This record gives sequence, C-alpha cells and structure tokens, in this order.
Amino acid sequence: MNTTPLLELRGISKQFPGVKALDDVRFDVVRGEVHALLGENGAGKSTLIKILSGVHKPDAGTLRLDGQPVTFNTPREAQQAGIATIYQELSLYPELTVAENIFVGHAPRTALGLVDWKTMTARAREILASLNIYDMDVRKKVGTFNVGNRQRIEIAKALSINARVLIMDEPTAALTDSDVTRLFEIVRLLRERGVAIIYISHRLQEVFALADRVTVLRDGQYIDTQPVRDTSESALIAKMVGRTIDNLFPKLDTKPGAPILQVNNLVREPFTRGVSFEVRAGEIVGLAGLVGSGRSELAQCLFGMLPAQSGEIVIDGRRVAIRNPGQAIKLGIAYVPEDRGTQGLVRQMAVRENTSMAVLKTLAMGGFIRRGAERNLARQSIQMLNIRAYSTEQVAGKLSGGNQQKIVVSKWLAAKPRLLIVDEPTRGVDVGAKAEIHRLISELAARQGIAILMISSELPEVLGMSDRVLVMREGRIIAAYARGEATQENVGAAMMAAGTKQTQQVNDGGQA
Amino acid sequence: MTSLPGTAKLERERSAAAGRGRAAGWVTQESVLAVSILVLSLIVGGINPNFLAQGNITDILSNASYIAVAAIGMSLVIISGNIDISVGALIGFLATIGGRLAVGAADGGYWIGWAYILPVIVGVAVEGVIGFIVAYLRVPAIVVSLGMMSILRGGLILWTGGEWIYNLPPEFTLAQQRVLNIPIPVYVMVILTILAALWLRYAPAGRAIYAVGGNKEAARLSGIDERRVLMQVFMINGLMVGIAAMLFATKFNAIQSTVPPGLELLVITAAVVGGVSILGGTGTVIGSTLGAVLIHVIPSAMIFASISQYWQQAVQGGLILLTVLADLYRRRRQTYGKG
Repeated sequence: MNTTPLLELRGISKQFPGVKALDDVRFDVVRGEVHALLGENGAGKSTLIKILSGVHKPDAGTLRLDGQPVTFNTPREAQQAGIATIYQELSLYPELTVAENIFVGHAPRTALGLVDWKTMTARAREILASLNIYDMDVRKKVGTFNVGNRQRIEIAKALSINARVLIMDEPTAALTDSDVTRLFEIVRLLRERGVAIIYISHRLQEVFALADRVTVLRDGQYIDTQPVRDTSESALIAKMVGRTIDNLFPKLDTKPGAPILQVNNLVREPFTRGVSFEVRAGEIVGLAGLVGSGRSELAQCLFGMLPAQSGEIVIDGRRVAIRNPGQAIKLGIAYVPEDRGTQGLVRQMAVRENTSMAVLKTLAMGGFIRRGAERNLARQSIQMLNIRAYSTEQVAGKLSGGNQQKIVVSKWLAAKPRLLIVDEPTRGVDVGAKAEIHRLISELAARQGIAILMISSELPEVLGMSDRVLVMREGRIIAAYARGEATQENVGAAMMAAGTKQTQQVNDGGQA
Repeated sequence: MTSLPGTAKLERERSAAAGRGRAAGWVTQESVLAVSILVLSLIVGGINPNFLAQGNITDILSNASYIAVAAIGMSLVIISGNIDISVGALIGFLATIGGRLAVGAADGGYWIGWAYILPVIVGVAVEGVIGFIVAYLRVPAIVVSLGMMSILRGGLILWTGGEWIYNLPPEFTLAQQRVLNIPIPVYVMVILTILAALWLRYAPAGRAIYAVGGNKEAARLSGIDERRVLMQVFMINGLMVGIAAMLFATKFNAIQSTVPPGLELLVITAAVVGGVSILGGTGTVIGSTLGAVLIHVIPSAMIFASISQYWQQAVQGGLILLTVLADLYRRRRQTYGKG
C-alpha cells in the first residue's frame, strides 16, 4: 500500500446556522485503501462527504489532492478531479439506458458533435466488464433494473470519469445479501486497482469485513483514526456515542397510569414485521433505531397512513381498526411527522389556520368556524409554546424552523390527544427551541397524562427523555430498557446489532 | 440521513422571518384590482364621457357576470391545486341542452324550469366525473379536463350538426331581464360571489380546500379527507359552470351550435388576474370576480378610447403574465426569504 495520501483534509470546519457541523476535522485516504467513516446520525459524515464532493465549501481548512491544495466550487469540479460520490439515493435516470446513464454529461461524440452511440455502448460494456459484470444489457433502460444492479451502474458511471477517489454513502442500506456480497467483490477489485475508497456505513460488520482503516466522527469533531485490525466493535461504538448527556432534557418524574396504547404483533410489510409494545398514560416511550429500521413506518401504521395488514391495536382497552388519519385523530392519536415541511405545515396559511387544522370541526358551530375561538386557540398556542410570531395572522412559512415545528406540535395539542407520537421532534431545530420542545413533551406526559411515543435518531434525546426505551431493527422491536438501564452503550449496540446475545434475551421485553 | 438535515432550509426561513415586517394590510390583490378598475374607468371616462354612461356600465357588468360565476368555480379548483380547461366546452354544451329543452318546453308543454335546472344537474354530473377521476384515480386534472373538453366539443357538433337554436321562448331570456334597471346576471354574480366568499372563509369545508391546495399531505395527516374535498370542489365548479351556462344561453335570442373559442381561458384569466395562485393554496373569489370585471372593462375602455381592437388580446395576455409573475415573485419571497 502506498502511504502518501491521495486525498487529504486538514482542519476542516463548517458552520451552519445554529450548528457547528464540522469542527477542525482531518481525514485522508491513500491509493488502494478502503477507509471507513463512522459516526452517529448528525456526527458530520454527510457534511464531510459534501465538502469532498464539492457540494459544500468548508469555512476553514485545506483539501489536498496528490499533495496539491485544491478547492472545489461545484460538484463538477470535484468530479473532474477524479472524485466520484455514490449517494444513498442513487442519481440515475430510469428512462435512459444503462450506457446513457454511465456517460450522462460526457457522452463520446462523433466528428460532427453528435453522440457516438457505438463507442458509448462499447465503452459502457468495457467498463462493466472491468468490474466483472457480464450479465447486463447496456441498451436496456435503467428503470428495469433492481437496486443492486443500479448501484453497479453508479459505480460504472464513477469509473467512466476515471474516478481515483470513490465515496460510497451507506451503499448497502437497501441491498439484499447477495447484492452486498457482489458489491464487496467489486469494492475489493477497485481497491486492488488502486482506487481510494471512502466507505460510510452504520453496519460495523461491514467495516470489519472491508475496510483497512476507520475514522470516527462525533458531534462534528474528529475523534480517531485507526487501522481496523487494531480495534473492535465495542471500542468503535464507545467512540461513536461516547458523549455525555447534558441537561438539555428537563425530564419530570411521572407515575405511568393505565395503558393507553397496546399493540400486539402488528404487521405492515415490509417495514413493520410483528411489533408488540404498550404505552401508558403519562409515560414517554422512546423508540430508538437506525434510519430505515422501521420506526417512522410503525408510527405511520398506528396513525392510519400505512394501515396494518394484521395484528391488534388496542386504545384504552378497546380493540380498534385504524384505516386513515381521520380515524386515528378521532381515537385521540396525534402524530407530529418527521418532515414538517412536507407533512406538517401549510406554509402559505396563517399561524391561526395551521393551529386549527386538525380541530376545524370542533371549532365550527352551525357549519361555520367560530373566528373568535379559532383566534383564541392560536393565541394560546403562541403563548404556551412560546412561538415567536408577531401575530396569529402571520404566514407560517415565514417563521424559523423551530417555530414552525412548534406550530405543528400545537396543531396536535389542540386536538387534545391521549397518545402523542412525535417523530424526530427536534430535527433541524436550534438548541434553544430544542430544550423548549423537550420541556413541553415532558410536561405533557407528567402534567396532562398524555401517553407519548417518541421516535428519535439522537440517542441522548432518547435516553434523556424516555421512561422506557425500545430499540427497533429491521421492522421488529429487538430490545427494551427501563430508564435506569438504558445506556448509550447498550442501546447503541442493540441498534447496530453488535452483541446479538443480548438482543435474544430481551426479545420479548417490548411487551413489558 | 446523517448530519444536519434541513439546516439550509432553516437558514432560508430565518432570513425570511427577519427580513420583512408586517405586510401592509390593505395592499391585497382585491384592493389593487378595485382601484385599477376605478382609475381606468375614470381615465377613460375623462377621454370619452360615454364610457361612464349607466348603459355602458351595466353592459360591462352584465357581460362579465357569467365569466365571473364560472370563475368562482374555477377559483376553487385552482385553489385546491388543480385546473379545469373543460369549462368553456361545458358552458357551450349546457347552453345547448338548455336551449333545446326550452324549445321543447314551448312545444311540448312541460315546465320551462327544466330548461334551467337540468343543464345545471348535468354540469354537476360532468364535473363529478372529472372530480372522481382526479381525486380517486389520481390522474392530473389538466389531462382529465383536456379529455373532457374534446369529448364535449366533439359531442356538441355531432349532436347539433352545426345548427343554431333560434326559436327560443321568451321565458328563456333570463339574462336579458332587469330588476331596478340592473340586469339579472349582475345580481347573480354579486350574490354568488358573496356566498362563495363567506363559505370559503368560514366553513370548515372551505378551509379544507386551501389546506389541500397548500399542502395535500399535511391536510391528510390533519384528518382532512383530501379526495372528498377534491370531489366536492369539482362538483361545486359544475354547479357554477351550470349557472354560468344559463346566463350565457339566455343572453341572446340564439344559441350557437359550437363552443365559443377561448372561453375557458377567459375564465382562468379572471381567476388568475383575481389573485388566485396557479400553484394552489391561495386566492379569493372576490378577487376572481373583480378579475372578471377588469378583463371586461379593458376591451370596452379600449373601444371608448379609440384604441385598435387588435390590441385587446395582447393586453389581456400581458395582464395574465404580469399577475402570474407577481404571484411567483411573492411565492418565492415567501419560501426563500429573498427580499
């Protein structure tokens, strides 16, 4: 292995409003190496990749390619320098052929400047053959191929621009086992050929199977780089999550009452595969798990967006069927969705109209909305949640992210729910608003006896807020911990499925 | 997935919140339109006092009224995030049904009221079909209404064979009647506009239209059955088109065998000029009615100011572009906070 770095980053910092995404981070990769980049959600991996691939410009720090300082103003410049990125969401055109996709933007041309189809087809075949792929018709449309094949096309596309550095962001997240095996073969092939590969994955087993070195980021900080053979899964997990929980979480003591929600063997393929648990009045149940583990889909199943195929939902001791959100609302369920922009807020409506949206019928008398009552509701919401809007008539889209989030929350509180499901309640929200939202959730449970199911990708949030923590993986609840037992280490390990013994043990714990 | 989702958005929203204060309350699309209509009328009245004669004013309002009524329905459709380009063809089609029924009533002795009522019912039914396909089969409204437009146009020519209807009975001249020297269509326009405005503003179902047009997914998650809302919107549109068709059919002593060309564009123009956002989610019917009046004041004003009629379409087109650009600019400021 050549040890002079092909690509080297030093002192990289990047600030977004309210968040320091990267703080003095370094990273390097040499030819013929697979370098794994590890970190929790929010650790700064994606920002780092985006800086490498020219999407973001760092506020400070230097990039060196072959020892020469470089700056990338656009993704295209990074590509021309030989840095190719394969994102989680593949960026192929389903209506174009394999060959067209591989050469999109740099198709070979004839003397007349027209696309040289013959050369393009031949070279596409060559590139695929160099990856030991012989079973793909380059003239077929990409839309006809499955995810594994599409990813191979993406890799071929990267090679068509003579990529020297290949960045792979969670490449196995959507792959089947056989596709993963094939991907590994291709990655090893590229490594032998001297390509430098930056490999991002949540799955520690893959890191150990594939990578030569591993770098850990946490909260935008550089933690450590080590050869993979000198480390262990538990050591890496400790580095990834080893942050102290601060007092962002004003958790109040509660005495959980009767069960509000009981779920037995709930199934909605492919994301919910036999889930059982309960949430009691006044209790906050945290739902941890990696992105894609089925947490949001479970919430959407309970809320009637993805109605259950089988299993039982019991609300207040009564078995219910929930086929659409309207029914869920009538049963006293509220859902603050993960993506407030597309699912929660009507941006061009006033604050008042947003807060009353789920209770219009209750506010109406004789077929007309009572304006006074509606305005009062909006005023109360603004006051209770400390929403920084100058009037109930302000257009919701003009408020800051945290305040928008609060409006979505207030819309659901107006419906006086018995069960409140919050999905990533503080995502994209600045620190101050975060603490306010946490305080509110805690108060709703402790003072009003609302049962709360909180989905979060931030472990400290889950641990700091929850009376009980459930861990989901691959559509099932695989571990459950009481407040006292849940630690960064054991929840983190269960999420990533390191230490399978433990998960076996607590398999039925979710019902407790 | 990892790191800072939505921070870029956050940044935009922050600057949006910080960048602007309260919008001046009285600068609404409606007030701008009302002032434009008044100023334009006074200027042209200064050039040619005949423009402000009572006869001309009631003529303009009367001509605008059926477009305004159809534009009420169109506004609901556009606010809900859809479009309906079949309304011109539908007006022609329903007018012919009404005319034939009226002639039949005069000959065959059934009640003349059917000549008014049945076309309206057919209008609701036709729009109900469009609404069903849009809401439940999830076909884009532009495609569905384009198809419906062709069916109605073709069907009308097949049916009438190009013959106009002349021998209309005197009971089928509603639009030519006056009360207190004001044509009936003007009353219809004013009353329907007020009713629709109140309904949109105060009824939960009216609010639901804005919610669905503004953010369908958020509306659905708030327990609003967005498919039912869309179905309702198209059926109300059918009702309005039906009434508009009756005002149109009884305006003259004959009914053409073909659909007046460009009628749907006039209706859409009225709504858009009236401030109904083509992107859905915002707009009022008071605006669309004022829009309908404005696009009728302009050609009349041009005639009285002795400007060539050939300018009319260009002016109307310019007006559409101007209002749509203004709307897009407003939206962009709202979304990205550039301003």
